Amino acid sequence: MTKEERIENLKTLSGTDVRKCMKCGKCSGRCPAFKDMDIKPHQFVSMLEKGKIEELLECKAIWNCLSCMACVERCPRGVAPAAVVEAVRSTVVRAQGKNGLKAEDIPPIVDELIPQQLLVSAYRKYNK
Amino acid sequence: MQRIGVFICWCGSNISATVDVVKVAEVIKNEPGVVYSANYQYMCSENGQQLIKQAIKEHNLTGVVIGSCSPRMHEATFRKAAEEAGLNPYMVEVANIREHCSWIHKDMDEATEKALILVRTAIAKVKLNAPLTAGESPVIKRALVIGGGIAGIQAALDIADAGFEVDIVEKNATIGGRMAQLDKTFPTLDCSACILTPKMVDCAQHEKIDILSYSEVEEVKGFVGNFSVKIRRKARYVDETKCTGCKVCMDKCPSKKGLNTFNMGLNTRPAIHIPFAQAIPNVAVIDPEQCIKLKTGKCGICQKFCGVGAIDYEQKDSFIERQYGAIVVATGFKPIELDAFNEYGYNDNKDVITSLELERLMNAAGPTNGVLLRPSDGEHPKVITFIQCVGSRDTSGCGKPYCSKICCMYTAKHAMLIREKYPDTEVHVFYIDVRTPGKNYDEFFRRAVEQYGVDYIKGMVGKVYNENGKLMVQGSNLIDNEQVTIESDLVVLAAAIEPEPSVRKVATLLTASIDTNNFLTESHAKLRPVESPTAGVYLAGVCQGPKDIPETVSQASACAAKVIGLLVKDKLKTNPCVATPDESMCNGCSQCANVCAYGAITYVDKEFRLGGGKTEIRRVASVNPAVCQGCGACTVTCPSGAMDLKGFSSKQIMSEVEAICKK
Amino acid sequence: MKISYYPGCTLRTKAKDLDDTARLCAKALGVEMEEIENWQCCGAVYPMATDEIATKLSAVRALDYAKHNGGKLLTLCSACHNVIKRTNEDMKTNADICSRANNYLKLDEPYKGETEVLHYLEMLKTVVGFDTIKKAVVNPVNRKIGAYYGCLLLRPSGVMAFDNPENPTIIEDFIRAIGGTPVVYPFRNECCGAYVALKNSELPKAKSKKVLTSAKEKGAEEVITACPLCLYNLQVNGENILPVRYFTELLAEALGVKA
Repeated sequence: MTKEERIENLKTLSGTDVRKCMKCGKCSGRCPAFKDMDIKPHQFVSMLEKGKIEELLECKAIWNCLSCMACVERCPRGVAPAAVVEAVRSTVVRAQGKNGLKAEDIPPIVDELIPQQLLVSAYRKYNK
Repeated sequence: MQRIGVFICWCGSNISATVDVVKVAEVIKNEPGVVYSANYQYMCSENGQQLIKQAIKEHNLTGVVIGSCSPRMHEATFRKAAEEAGLNPYMVEVANIREHCSWIHKDMDEATEKALILVRTAIAKVKLNAPLTAGESPVIKRALVIGGGIAGIQAALDIADAGFEVDIVEKNATIGGRMAQLDKTFPTLDCSACILTPKMVDCAQHEKIDILSYSEVEEVKGFVGNFSVKIRRKARYVDETKCTGCKVCMDKCPSKKGLNTFNMGLNTRPAIHIPFAQAIPNVAVIDPEQCIKLKTGKCGICQKFCGVGAIDYEQKDSFIERQYGAIVVATGFKPIELDAFNEYGYNDNKDVITSLELERLMNAAGPTNGVLLRPSDGEHPKVITFIQCVGSRDTSGCGKPYCSKICCMYTAKHAMLIREKYPDTEVHVFYIDVRTPGKNYDEFFRRAVEQYGVDYIKGMVGKVYNENGKLMVQGSNLIDNEQVTIESDLVVLAAAIEPEPSVRKVATLLTASIDTNNFLTESHAKLRPVESPTAGVYLAGVCQGPKDIPETVSQASACAAKVIGLLVKDKLKTNPCVATPDESMCNGCSQCANVCAYGAITYVDKEFRLGGGKTEIRRVASVNPAVCQGCGACTVTCPSGAMDLKGFSSKQIMSEVEAICKK
Repeated sequence: MKISYYPGCTLRTKAKDLDDTARLCAKALGVEMEEIENWQCCGAVYPMATDEIATKLSAVRALDYAKHNGGKLLTLCSACHNVIKRTNEDMKTNADICSRANNYLKLDEPYKGETEVLHYLEMLKTVVGFDTIKKAVVNPVNRKIGAYYGCLLLRPSGVMAFDNPENPTIIEDFIRAIGGTPVVYPFRNECCGAYVALKNSELPKAKSKKVLTSAKEKGAEEVITACPLCLYNLQVNGENILPVRYFTELLAEALGVKA
């Protein structure tokens, strides 16, 4: 895939129109994971719009975004920053050897309280 | 047989870039009836018009077809040129080969083909045109202004100063509108009341102005120059001619818990009240929802204390009907409801307020006598955070898609005034963009930053919440790429503005068009910005689009100029393209009269000869040509095909359709 | 009345309390929850990438089953509710996803989002009615209780249509119905930290502590939720600032139907 195709692919996967963004920053004003996002929610939108996808595909924020939809809920322009994060995360974990959560990492942290829901959701989010 | 001339305009390159104008002019020469054809770069220019005039004379033309821009642009120009050359102006037809053709097509061959069809269509029509003569209708030399805010006041004063009678219909108990609620005005910071109230007094004292406060327009009939308007004078339960405005009733009224709407509900007022000290008219009004006497029949204290016997609990709404030549709509605006913006906590925290509420808190005549105290506990706020664009530029469905235009400037004003009056107060402003076009506007905003040290943060607030008695304002600071949380004592929301909701009813009564945001539509966005597409109806102030006071006043004066220009005329030329019934075919069914929005059709009993000396009396439609607007609704409704429209007859339209369909 | 019910995997294991109490209470209130046949895990998170189809099929299967069994599908776990409701919206409004999902499933009749997805709380409000619950209470839960909504029930509000996303009231109304005093606190609709617990537990720690601190500051004595993952994060990562329980446990207590 050429870079242009990869950009287009990310835009399609996100299903959101990044050109609708008016750069108000409300998404980043609301994000509860802001401190743990090395690329901020508003930057996901603007960087995809400008085609700076290498930085997006390398960032740590995709592992910390909570998919809590606060940014989506409050965007005044109907843009979905969380969907851009998900598009980037999906693209990363679908690549060979890029799973964000390895099975062998799990046992030490599993306690008897951990609900299945947590294991399933983390696997769905972090693995292909 | 008609002798038709065809004139194809290039419109610079607007048409000629996509339509082969030379070819169109050449091909059209061979159309039956066409005796002359030409093309020219600008038909609307002096030279272009000369070309038309010359051809009419030299070739004895009986009909003219111009292939050019929309008839909305230059039909009048070409008709006038034809008239000057001795041709009846209604023998001119315009084929729109710009908006309908060159601008919407890319392929030259296709566009040229379509232009030919459009010109042939116009030729087909003009062949059936007949000379028409405009009639005349009288002009009633009195204007109606709907809305008594600064827009209505300015328009009324200007019209009245030119010597015409003006009525201001204001739905509230006093004129003054939103401007009366403001504390200071940008960019000069003069006191709003100080510059507004003299104008209010001028209105009251002007011999040509009649203020109908606490009144609403109920019904509008007629047309430009000759409107007939029914006005509801709501029962105020106080005789306007007797009340002296002494306010004794206000002191004595035992029902004092009504929300003071003039103060944006920040304090209370008695059931009988005068909205504010400088109200015009300075006459009390009773809120029937709040008045103990009107609700339960027991009380009557105000009546006992009124020294002039002005209180009348039996008063009912009354109606008056007046005639006007022109109507100015100046219905104004309100801030939007904030229920869809709970992230800012407006409904949950008393100390989250709107900018208009802040105006009242800063105003010497407001609930705190101009001392800035926060609503929850009456303390001086030490940290104040402003949030701009609350509901403006919002396409998510929660707010309004447009920029409210006034918020950047009034927020800078508020921030500056607070820093000036309370220098120990910290002031933050969250903004998306600071939009300050206007004379001395950006300079004003920069003063807030540079001279008064207001902290402008480029970013938007995501959440306002209460924690340990503080308002936590969590937002982004995009310049520093950080999320900040500002512990504030007071949060001020720059709520979007929207047209006063009553404008919808007014627009319906006036058949004035309105856009999806409830703003009234102007006739032309650039060249006819104060005229409604409905003749004789003019627009001033925010009812037409967001604007500040200087712009509103300019627009109101422009409206007045238009109204004066209309009212100085004794007669108006009427549109001769009116409906006309074929009485021999009319069966008197009344359907045309039922659909006529202008009340132009009546029925008369007429005697008809049947032959052999017999006669019969039949009921047939009769159109008042002065009232008919030529909309054509009756012609398509008429079941027997008796009704027709001059200049747009069924035959003409069918011939056009045939010309389009012919290959 | 009978209503098709989708329990979801966690409710069969770690969140058995949620499932058991919900069934008992429903029965006491005249609603029979009929577990749908052969249900599979919903996936626990709604897949947002537009090319995700396979991950939505279990939700579509459950929805299709309910379509033929009463037309309503009752959910209880917030995550299941979020996944199933959003997938249902896709089937209703996204022609591309709808046709691709139907191509996979080869149902007798294509599924087009006909089923109404109902959360247990919505069932209590609209089917049973909070007034009825109030009358059925034998043991009023006379405590100050903070409702924790989290994200999944509320957002995205355009699709979930559950309550006002910034100022929800349904759980507060529920608390009042069972005799408690609702405590409104600003972080009741903020995220607990969710699945990031497995990747970076510091984040859910910070978020969960903030939620519980906020509830405590406003006077709550305990917090209730409908989500097993929220419960886990608030309990484990929230460092026991306040006790956290499922809302159905309190309902059972109030109705006196403890198993």
